[in-house]
Amino acid sequence: MYIPASNWFIAASLVAALILNFLPLQGDILIFRPDFVAIAIAYWNINHPHKMGMGVAFGMGLMMDVGNTGILGQHALAYCIIVYLTLIFGRRLRLFNSMQQAPQIGLILLIMQTVIVLVAVSGGSTLPDGQYFLATVTGTLLWAPGSYLLSMLLKQKSDPDAL
Amino acid sequence: METAPQFFRHGPGPFARLFVFALLSCLLIVGDVRFKYFPQLRQAIGVVIFPLQKIAYIPANIYDQVEEFIASFNLLEENIKLRQIYLENREQLLKLASLEAENIHLRNLFGAVQYIETKTRTKAVLAKILYTPRDPFNHKITLNKGSQHHIQLGQAVIDDKGIVGQITQLYPWSSEVTLLTDRDHSVPVQVVRNSLRSVVSGTGKNDQLELRYLSVNTDIQQGDQLVTSGIGGVYPPGIPVATVLRIERDPTGDFAQIISTPVAGVDRNRQVLILSLIQPETHDALEMPKIESGKN
Repeated sequence: MYIPASNWFIAASLVAALILNFLPLQGDILIFRPDFVAIAIAYWNINHPHKMGMGVAFGMGLMMDVGNTGILGQHALAYCIIVYLTLIFGRRLRLFNSMQQAPQIGLILLIMQTVIVLVAVSGGSTLPDGQYFLATVTGTLLWAPGSYLLSMLLKQKSDPDAL
Repeated sequence: METAPQFFRHGPGPFARLFVFALLSCLLIVGDVRFKYFPQLRQAIGVVIFPLQKIAYIPANIYDQVEEFIASFNLLEENIKLRQIYLENREQLLKLASLEAENIHLRNLFGAVQYIETKTRTKAVLAKILYTPRDPFNHKITLNKGSQHHIQLGQAVIDDKGIVGQITQLYPWSSEVTLLTDRDHSVPVQVVRNSLRSVVSGTGKNDQLELRYLSVNTDIQQGDQLVTSGIGGVYPPGIPVATVLRIERDPTGDFAQIISTPVAGVDRNRQVLILSLIQPETHDALEMPKIESGKN
């Protein structure tokens, strides 16, 4: 069932994802921190294609780069590639339920992290070890509960009796 | 208020849009990495995301308050302990004051100009760590004090054990610290044991620093303490930086490979101190050659 989403709701979810990304975590837990913004961008582009343009993803990426003290354009490029991939494969992905979507989202997140690593390495950094890609694993695990949560919130919001 | 999804898609296709944005990102990346353009853009975005970072810090604030509340139960015990530490430190401080006076006196006897006075003239501001980057290749942290709190570029950041890094990017209410372990970061240091001067550089790995360009027969040992030499004027002299971990002397090479670990908890603290070094007005003639020789 298609539930329409307002621009405000999408914007609010993206801001919430950014805040989650900016949580001041330290130490070993940093390795497991999934990229909430990437997951939110993928969700909106799969379930509501063309509501959120690539420009928005680019802007989110720039904010992430500044907050993350990284190279400017690193996350911007990665998020734009997510938008591209989800627009291309979105129609196919919508055939599956969120549990079945998860591994395919994992692949997209892996591509995103690879892009980020490539940009960092081209900027002169050393290659990170395999642990770095654990964030893709946690992101994949988060996909099903995350998309369930977003669709629940959407349903609640668009319920005509509630208003 | 809702519109149905568009039946016909307008505008350029996904690939064309990706191409445009990828080109834009690549321009930004090259401009940022090679030429360090866009500090203003960075600053503008920094202002935009500051409220978000502030909101994200709320859970940590609550955690701090709960911790403080729990800690308040054994405040008395802690107070006694701290008083003891204070007295012990006080004794050392008194010794230091007398030693400094003696040093100045000796220098006077030798006819050297008193530069030692600048040694302890630093101001410190306490700052909290607002954000630690997720990626292992960004050795930078964000602090909650910025240009509105009179923080300046290039100020040294320390914790209770030693140097953490240096402020490299300023926002109005926050600032970015490049850690010792960053690949592009170097600190002029001195070996405590024999006053050997060198420069310690980050390797891009956590807990690893490197002393580059020291010849194979250099007098340096495992466990040697490295402190800031004060050369360059960024870091105040005498603050611990690193301990030498291991030395690989390859007789066929020109330089020894000297790996050391930072003494400060570079990736562990919640709070740090930002030091501002009050610059000595003039360099006296006796000190100038020293500065020259330390640069190479």
